[in-house]
Amino acid sequence: MELKNILEAILFSAQKPLSPKELQDLFAQTAEQAEEETARALKKTKQEAIVAALEELAREHDHAARSYRLVCVAGAWQFVSQPEFSPWIRALVGQKQRPSRLSQPALETLAIIAYRQPITRAEIEQIRGVAVDGVMQTLLERGLVEPSGKAEVVGRPSLYSTTAQFLEYFGLRSLEEMPAADELRRIPVQKPESLATADPGLATAPPEQLTVADVNQLTTPAGVASGETNPDAR
Amino acid sequence: MSDYKVKFEIFEGPLDLLLYLVKKEEVDIHQVNLTQIATQFIEYVELMREFDLEVAGEFLMMASTLVYIKSRELLPVEQQAVAEGEEEEDPRWELIRRLVEYKKFKDAAAQLQEREGEQEHIYPRLPGKLEFAEAGSAPRAAVSVFDLVNAVNGILKRYAAQEARDVYEDKWTVSEKIESIRAFVQSRPAVKFSELFAAATSRAEVVVTFLAMLELIRLRQIVIEQPETFAEIEIRLVPPEPAPAAPETTAPAAGELTL
Repeated sequence: MELKNILEAILFSAQKPLSPKELQDLFAQTAEQAEEETARALKKTKQEAIVAALEELAREHDHAARSYRLVCVAGAWQFVSQPEFSPWIRALVGQKQRPSRLSQPALETLAIIAYRQPITRAEIEQIRGVAVDGVMQTLLERGLVEPSGKAEVVGRPSLYSTTAQFLEYFGLRSLEEMPAADELRRIPVQKPESLATADPGLATAPPEQLTVADVNQLTTPAGVASGETNPDAR
Repeated sequence: MSDYKVKFEIFEGPLDLLLYLVKKEEVDIHQVNLTQIATQFIEYVELMREFDLEVAGEFLMMASTLVYIKSRELLPVEQQAVAEGEEEEDPRWELIRRLVEYKKFKDAAAQLQEREGEQEHIYPRLPGKLEFAEAGSAPRAAVSVFDLVNAVNGILKRYAAQEARDVYEDKWTVSEKIESIRAFVQSRPAVKFSELFAAATSRAEVVVTFLAMLELIRLRQIVIEQPETFAEIEIRLVPPEPAPAAPETTAPAAGELTL
């Protein structure tokens, strides 16, 4: 009997998602109650070993392309059905009880908090360019974000972070699993070589720096209009 | 005037509108001609005003930034005002940086939205109620309401020192306590009676917590059990049923209390 098979059996019959800690406790408890050699051998199974076995198990299920998969949401493992089978399951057990979908502003605000937490309201507003009071209220009421301390700046404004419920709502294992996590934590935006902002020719050098050739060209209407006489002016 | 409709899309903030205008130009954000965008932006704000739509202050601030950038462009580089001392950051660059950053979060929000939709179609395995749930353990002793009162009385004695005539603010309501008990019981397989009151700071809080517990029992959200006679009472969550079954009138199972 392999560790992963035992874990599979446990999660198959579990009444709720189980964390590696809960599984570890269960192994310790089993060792005290059961006679089997294996049970006692697993008494002090490390959480890392449990997680590694669970990950292998999840991979095996993926390879087997079953109608269900093993997932870890907010640190707890469970079996869930693949989304494409939802019509039949919905007919069987009914519509999933979920609150209404989040609005675009709420999702944007949530994304900013998720990647930049802990973050103050003012910092969120700086990124979004609009006030976020109403949206924050919704997110707090739905338990997706929570105050997580005070910023050490003037006025000691509240800092906000996402909750475990946030991970559950989006079916995320952890914050690390969010797409492009590294990039969005601190966006390194490279300054481009040149910024094409103005209409070409608007910013020309002062006349005294023009060469005679330039001036000659400037006298022709085409040169003035196109402004291409001095492309290096900026 | 096909542009009309587009122009009246409601933009949540100035950055939204800017991104929209950039997208319409079909160029990379870094390549965008801000002077041109500035003109369009101001046109949009003007239109909003003309139609008596409320123009948020943020839009006006952005408009002024854009006008500043535009006016700066009109001056030759050598004559542009430079803040003394440290080198001033190019306002164009500052704006583009904000736009790029905002765009990334917008994209991240779209991915979250996708996940949100997908989650509606993922069902966890919900095993049937284990009929033999407690089979392994000894039959549970019935808990009567007197056992409960007795137990809470024991806890109240801890607060006996507090004078009854002290006036306390009603800090706790029964409904708040119901929520906190529910959350507590959900987090664990079973909670000991005394644990429920461990954090209570006054007699009033103990009483409110107790009332909340009785209400939860009445609502059949929790059950109370005693592993053996005179052992400490334990509280468990009643596993939620998928569909509310017709109200049952069967006798309560041994060890459970119904009020």
